[in-house]
Amino acid sequence: MREVDLAVVGAGPAGLTAAIEGAKRGCRTVVLDMNPRPGGQLIKQIHRFFGSREHRAGTRGIEIADSLFHEAASAGVEVMVEAEVYAIHDSTLEVVAQTNEDSLVLLSEEATTSRSRPLSIAARRIILATGGAENALNFAGWTLPGVMGAGAAQTMINLWRVLPGKKILMVGAGNVGLIISYQLIQAGGEMVAVIEATSRIGGYGVHAAKISRAGVPILTSHTIISASGESRVERAVIAKVDASWRIVSGSEQELEVDTICIAVGLHPNARLASLAECELCYSPSLGGWVPIHNSRMETTISGIYIAGDLSGVEEASTALEEGRLAGICAAASLGKERAGDYDDIKAIEGRLLGLRSGPFCQHRQDAKQELIGIGEAQCPKQ
Amino acid sequence: MRVVHHPILGDLPKVRQVKIWVDGKEITAHKGEPIAAAIAAAGIKIHRYTTKREEPRGVFCGIGQCTDCVMIVNGVPNVRTCITPVTEGITVETQHGAGRGGR
Ligand SMILES: Cc1cc2nc3c(=O)[nH]c(=O)nc-3n(C[C@H](O)[C@H](O)[C@H](O)COP(=O)(O)OP(=O)(O)OC[C@H]3O[C@@H](n4cnc5c(N)ncnc54)[C@H](O)[C@@H]3O)c2cc1C
Ligand code: FES
Repeated sequence: MREVDLAVVGAGPAGLTAAIEGAKRGCRTVVLDMNPRPGGQLIKQIHRFFGSREHRAGTRGIEIADSLFHEAASAGVEVMVEAEVYAIHDSTLEVVAQTNEDSLVLLSEEATTSRSRPLSIAARRIILATGGAENALNFAGWTLPGVMGAGAAQTMINLWRVLPGKKILMVGAGNVGLIISYQLIQAGGEMVAVIEATSRIGGYGVHAAKISRAGVPILTSHTIISASGESRVERAVIAKVDASWRIVSGSEQELEVDTICIAVGLHPNARLASLAECELCYSPSLGGWVPIHNSRMETTISGIYIAGDLSGVEEASTALEEGRLAGICAAASLGKERAGDYDDIKAIEGRLLGLRSGPFCQHRQDAKQELIGIGEAQCPKQ
Repeated sequence: MRVVHHPILGDLPKVRQVKIWVDGKEITAHKGEPIAAAIAAAGIKIHRYTTKREEPRGVFCGIGQCTDCVMIVNGVPNVRTCITPVTEGITVETQHGAGRGGR
């Protein structure tokens, strides 16, 4: 069995920064990710990021992913791709991995990436950074081929460079729905409409403006009623909803589309955390069921930490900070402290507070505070 | 349909092509891409049919989370095609139910 100080699950922004901080403090650190390429959500983000300059706003997600990966590699982190962790018991991670010579690994030569095989890894500390998963939406015909998560469509166009369809309907006008609609246009798709059940566009105005300029209608107070077709999507029926979300009868219209993308939010991908028996609690502001954690990002299971969208669906900027926090705290619990850790932690907490302030984000700060409050009471004391 | 030209990502780079067999038909794929990408580029949307009602299913999450995209690959059923890269000469079959027809 392999033995490491720190095993990180997920090579998104949270997992990579956690690993970097751990390795910098002398932890033998491995990161495992089930996808063929490290970077998590970032590898399909080709837009310039919003956020602050400290968090590389203005940079495309894909570039942030590459630079994080290189930083990890030069800190001595071992990144294993196509390595899926399917169980955690007694500080041991069970991993199923593909060994495939032909796999696409778009990494530079100098990077230390090992091809993987089935293995068990004993880790003194574990950080789960498994990210979020897209919410589904149930309507008649939602299981037909051609109905997919907006993220799936984004993966197809930006990573695989294949358009999932020609005429596309986007359900949801939050940031994800708006950004992916625009990227589908950039990839050559025809956006038939973007619909949004609430009465206002949830995402940033700049993104909405780009779509409107491209001539795509954004219909607020509209929902999808059904998708239909012969073994695949051929049309969708949408309709107006009133203030109490009831369908306005007579407002139904049929759209000829071959693809329907669902962008109605994400929830923490807590499957592995619950398998590891971390206790969860329900927090609508954080996206649903989320593992309880304390201010050090440690869960109710001693030695298991979390960070990023898993600990509440937020943004890459918050994921980067939380990952750092978890990495520093996990290393410290192994006695691998560094002078200045205390100040680093305070600075991270300050930046997180900044990221969670303002009219749209304050509710996340409140929800986090509540979660950490529960965590301080329930998680093991250091 | 392949995205050949792209305002930000540039033109599709030339990559080695491999041949795969999908339900007995030969399809040209790009080395290293997931099976789901190759068959989507060939216009195929149905990956499998469900056990009880035999309803069609296709790619839903695209990142290995939902198992809607499973197919029989080289005789092995339940392979998630969205995270399994193509290799030269593999056979891919539409899966019915649990795919017990496979090996
Ligand atoms: C369309 C879109 C636009 C966005 N734009 C912005 C933006 O402009 N600014 C911003 O700050 N944020 C943005 N975000 C949000 C940001 O991408 C995410 O918040 C961030 O990526 C979360 O990071 P993470 O590390 O927690 O998770 P992820 O990036 O989701 O990474 C999780 C990783 O864990 C892996 N994994 C999961 N389970 C397992 C397992 N069992 N075994 C092995 N590996 C596993 C996954 O494969 C994945 O690679 C955007 C998101 C989307 C979808
Ligand atoms: S599409 Fe969800 S696992 Fe492949």
